[in-house]
Amino acid sequence: MSVIKYLIEKEFKQTLRNAIIPKMIVGYPVMVLLIFPWAINFEVKNIKIDIVDNSKSSYSQRLINKVDASTYFIINNVPASYPEAFNDIEKGKADIILEIPSSFDKDLVKEKKSDVRISANAVNSTQGLLGNTYLTQIVNNFSQEIRGELYPASQKARVPQIEIVPDYRYNKSLDYKIFMLPAFIVLIVTLICGILPSLNIVTEKETGTIQQINTTPVSKFSFILAKLIPYWTIGIIILTISFFMVWLVYGLLPSGGYGTLYIASIVFIIGVSGFGIIISNYSDTLQQSMFLILFFILIIILLSGLFTPISGMPAWAQAIAYGNPLTYFMEIMRLVYLKGSSLTDVLKPLGILGLFMLFLNSWAVVSYRKRG
Amino acid sequence: MITVDNLRKNYFSDKSGKFAGIGKENGLSFEVNDGEVFGVIGPDGAGKTTLFRILASLLLPDSGSATMNGIDVVKNYKQIRRIIGYMPGRFSLYQDLSVEENLRFFATVFNTTIEENYDLIKDIYQQIEPFKTRRAGALSGGMKQKLALSCALIHKPDVLILDEPTTGVDPVSRKEFWDMLKRLKEQGIIILVSTAYMDEASRCDRIALMRDGQFIATDTPQGIIDAYAETLWAVQTENMSTSLNDLRSCSEVLSCFAFGDKHHITVEHGFTKEELSGFLKEKGYRNVKIEAISPSVEDCFMALTKD
Repeated sequence: MSVIKYLIEKEFKQTLRNAIIPKMIVGYPVMVLLIFPWAINFEVKNIKIDIVDNSKSSYSQRLINKVDASTYFIINNVPASYPEAFNDIEKGKADIILEIPSSFDKDLVKEKKSDVRISANAVNSTQGLLGNTYLTQIVNNFSQEIRGELYPASQKARVPQIEIVPDYRYNKSLDYKIFMLPAFIVLIVTLICGILPSLNIVTEKETGTIQQINTTPVSKFSFILAKLIPYWTIGIIILTISFFMVWLVYGLLPSGGYGTLYIASIVFIIGVSGFGIIISNYSDTLQQSMFLILFFILIIILLSGLFTPISGMPAWAQAIAYGNPLTYFMEIMRLVYLKGSSLTDVLKPLGILGLFMLFLNSWAVVSYRKRG
Repeated sequence: MITVDNLRKNYFSDKSGKFAGIGKENGLSFEVNDGEVFGVIGPDGAGKTTLFRILASLLLPDSGSATMNGIDVVKNYKQIRRIIGYMPGRFSLYQDLSVEENLRFFATVFNTTIEENYDLIKDIYQQIEPFKTRRAGALSGGMKQKLALSCALIHKPDVLILDEPTTGVDPVSRKEFWDMLKRLKEQGIIILVSTAYMDEASRCDRIALMRDGQFIATDTPQGIIDAYAETLWAVQTENMSTSLNDLRSCSEVLSCFAFGDKHHITVEHGFTKEELSGFLKEKGYRNVKIEAISPSVEDCFMALTKD
């Protein structure tokens, strides 16, 4: 028992004496959580719009004012013709065009309806799609206002209308930051607890210390366990810093409570650090292990639903995503943070995460060879 | 007592691009007696490290067997690891731990304490004890080597396996190191040591000359020298680089190698110094000195590997 205690003590000493790692443990989560939620954001704002107003009526002016008032759009130009506006899109000055026909006011009054043309630059498909949707919303709002003015209340009642009132559950204002914060915590924990152990054993190989260790009677199990325990501790420290930051800066508290989050995180941290050790066992040089771990981490991050929903992936990618421990950890994080799920609600993903943990760590112990 | 029987290990070495290993033609067999310093001497790539790694239970042999005090290095490797102290060729202690922490670490992993076996390492450790709080990475080469030896000895091993312990160490520290080994030998520890320095051979009780994975001679250093049957002369001229080729062109000279500021040559029986000096004068050398010398281990190694 004293052997493993001293082995752990040695690992802690080495980690703390490292010039970079202790600073990174504190600095990394703080930096990622302060900067990334603002930068990595799928909300589209400040779309540059060209409005071709062929009507030049009071109605068309009201529509233009409405577009201008919206935070989503910045009016770039009001050119005289559509080809001129299209020229702006080609030069990249404008992202979207709204063309109002010359008969806009007449049609509205006489025919009770009128068409406008929306052309969006879809090179950035998200921006094109969202710009189109926002603009359609503004036009629809406008048409309802006009309808209210043109028809007396009695007549209006006879025209059936369906109004959609969206109610976004669990993230009322559809704030992208709230959706991404749990994902960033997952990202930080995966990177630190996956990469650090993957560099550990291979460093002992490069410095040759592994040879000296291998000729001692220390068992594989206690050697690997002593290597892992410091990373579990680091993982929990990082997690705690991240939870604190998310509360301090964004005021986000997990509505399902911290208990479930810690249980799921510990299971995940144990699993992912075991994976790091596996990489380290199979690598001969730091270069190899660094390349391997980055390769795998990139795959598990991209195919985990961290940035894009799994349901939108093709079937083969979904299959990989369901064989990816990160998927389940991410699911638990979001369920607990946003939906307020309790431990009993997340038992299934937690169980799967537990199986991954056992599998990866057994592999880590078995694949470590004390002789070649 | 170490018994090695018909040991073989061949593996593809991607660095040199050819097959390397030990015992390719005939398996290696030798014995080392209790309280003996056994030196394995040979150039780089001879297979010394491979042999030592097999004996240290770090590498599995292809065939053959090796036992230490009756314990098999393959089957009972766990027991082997308790009775051996292994010091790899490269300094392989934790550079970011202090001198004392390194020693305590190795004591602990062998389930012992520094205090328990302090007597054994006292002579060596005392020299580095003033620096015990210093990180191992900040030690000088000689001090690193002393620390590594202390760490290899801390669990009181029966067999000490030292892979090129003096490579890259200054001549004074090398001498000190061999003195330390002598004292350890007196405590009854079997010492297996490899080196590429032929001049260290005389410090061993018995030596094995190794080349291309084979032992080409195994005897006491004196025995190896006594078995040398050639006539050996040292030749000095004023132009050493051209005279090397000129000497080799002489039909009576069997071999000629540069040894520092002299050439060591072996000649056919019956060939005299006067004849050789006449040959060199004819080639235009004036200050020629020729003297008969007694062979060193290096001369023996050269003679044995001549073909």
